[in-house]
Amino acid sequence: MNLIQWAESPWGQQVPTHIAWSLLWVSAVGGLLFLIVHAAYVSYSAKSRKAHFSGDTAVSSGDSAHLPERVARHSLGARLFHMIMAMAMLALLVTAFLPKVGVRFAWVTYHWIAGIVLTISVIYHIFHATFVLDFWSIWPDSEDLEDASRRLKRALGRPAPPPRKFAKYPLENKLYHLVIMLAGLTAIGTGLFMMKRVETPFFTRNPYLFGDMTWGWMYVLHGLAGVGFVALVTVHIYFAIRPEKLFITKSMIFGWITNIWNSTIRDAGPLPKQRPSRRHRHPNPRACPPRCQPTKSALVALPSSSAMNSCWRMRDRD
Amino acid sequence: MAVIHDVIPAFELFQPTTVDDALALQSRHGAKAWVLAGGLDSFDWFKDRIKRPEVVIDLSQVKELRGIRTTSDGLEIGAMTTLTEVVRHPMIREKYAILPNAAEAAASPQIRNQGTIGGNVSQDARCWYYRGGWPCYRAGGNICYADTPTGLNREHAILDADRCVAVNPSDTAPALIALDAKMVLRTPKGERVVNAEDYFIGPGIDITRMTILRPGDLLTAIRIPSTWAGSQFYFEKVRDRSVWDFALVNVAAAMVTSGNTIERIRLVVNGVAAHPVRLTAVEAAVVGRPRSEQTAELAAQLAVRGAKPLQYNGYKVPLMRNLVKRAIRPASAGEVT
Repeated sequence: MNLIQWAESPWGQQVPTHIAWSLLWVSAVGGLLFLIVHAAYVSYSAKSRKAHFSGDTAVSSGDSAHLPERVARHSLGARLFHMIMAMAMLALLVTAFLPKVGVRFAWVTYHWIAGIVLTISVIYHIFHATFVLDFWSIWPDSEDLEDASRRLKRALGRPAPPPRKFAKYPLENKLYHLVIMLAGLTAIGTGLFMMKRVETPFFTRNPYLFGDMTWGWMYVLHGLAGVGFVALVTVHIYFAIRPEKLFITKSMIFGWITNIWNSTIRDAGPLPKQRPSRRHRHPNPRACPPRCQPTKSALVALPSSSAMNSCWRMRDRD
Repeated sequence: MAVIHDVIPAFELFQPTTVDDALALQSRHGAKAWVLAGGLDSFDWFKDRIKRPEVVIDLSQVKELRGIRTTSDGLEIGAMTTLTEVVRHPMIREKYAILPNAAEAAASPQIRNQGTIGGNVSQDARCWYYRGGWPCYRAGGNICYADTPTGLNREHAILDADRCVAVNPSDTAPALIALDAKMVLRTPKGERVVNAEDYFIGPGIDITRMTILRPGDLLTAIRIPSTWAGSQFYFEKVRDRSVWDFALVNVAAAMVTSGNTIERIRLVVNGVAAHPVRLTAVEAAVVGRPRSEQTAELAAQLAVRGAKPLQYNGYKVPLMRNLVKRAIRPASAGEVT
């Protein structure tokens, strides 16, 4: 099977024109297979895993006792970004691939409008994550890899220390973000150039901006990123609706998680650096969590992540 | 222009005798099959070796696709009926004179003897970049060679271009839309009847096709209702060579007047977009007005609103404007009643 469609340019040069659209089905089936295999694995291994990790990551009443009932996880800005980006992404996928499966409509205008929305939201996200949130919280670090190694060893029955509780994002989340970031930036970068080839209010059309070969590879990269998104979005939605992950999904809607869930993670950073409202402000926001007393039914932004980290890591050593 | 080769690539030829057999063959061979009607579009493709189908399904032996039949509400023309038969049919000439007028404007007598009405409305774009086998959008590529600063686009679209700027070359298509004809399709899911207006699609909808026909579908007949029978018709085609050429722009109008007032009208222009363009805004503007020079002028100005000429086809804007004007104003030279 040819993964790329080639054509002969008027100058006799073999140039790529598109990906093979059958890759759309490969991606869709791949995504579905992944979730089937994962669901089966989780379903069949739930008992053994529970026994295996018992005591390592279980929630103790002591973990949550010192936390407020609701712990802020995503700022309003981050949630709005996620919603807008998700809608733009779905619109892009629908407008790109419905015509490929036989649903006919004038898709190009809707597609580039959704692309512009995605681009703006991603630019906002980059600035927000860099200057407002904890930029490094979503990037895999050496501890993630060490924990992954521990988990793998233990899964294979080899001796290894128990993996630590993860921070704001587990390794899977971080890796997913990495892949979707690469695919997203590829699709956006190539898509913006491709807008030079269609009628939009932003650019004067210029199909000769690049040579046929460069344009061809741009279409191929755009297509690869696009079909990749089919699998990535499938997997993302699957994890979003999995029962054990629902608290993360809900936090993306409501912005907070309960203290029980928060105590399953190692640290609370990165937290939005927003000040809690006066009504909900913590009495001693710089104090370590063990000394903190939760307010009643209050939504409280936790202390800075560095303070949390130092306290929780100390406890880990205990 | 493409190089014409003497020998076309080999293919497996099927000559079914029924529509069911033809559909079964299409179903069996899928996208590898090519449906052949009169062959005047197909053999260009084959001889240029641009299209190389593995299987050709020749419909010439399917008798049920031929002939013109009267129905309770007008006429039904089999898709394989030749243009000459359409031109000569007495009832069509009497009640739907715009159709033989349009059919007679197509190509040459020899081609009309062989060419079918189904093939005429379903023929592919004549853009030479596309016909020359260049990997343009319509051919599945990612560029329109005609829509570039140096592209030769004198015959191309001024309306509804979306990446591809090819135009629909059919002469009978605007006449059929003016008559509010229905296209009868046989698809794997059964029979489907669509308005002629909806039979044609632009590149925004599907850049590789000019009609709604998909692999496995067959146009079997064209039904013309009696709604516009005996109306005042107008058809005019402007081409580079009067003897034999595709339209630069053509216009078809069916009109019912009461006294001098326009009561109903359908106005269609072709050669300006990838599909025949029904000018509904113009129709709405002129209904209830007297058929006069003023109304014609109004219609002409309205018709070209939104037109975007390319580098070399700016002349199509005044051409279209004037053709619409001539279609509306009283006692035009091209009028057939």
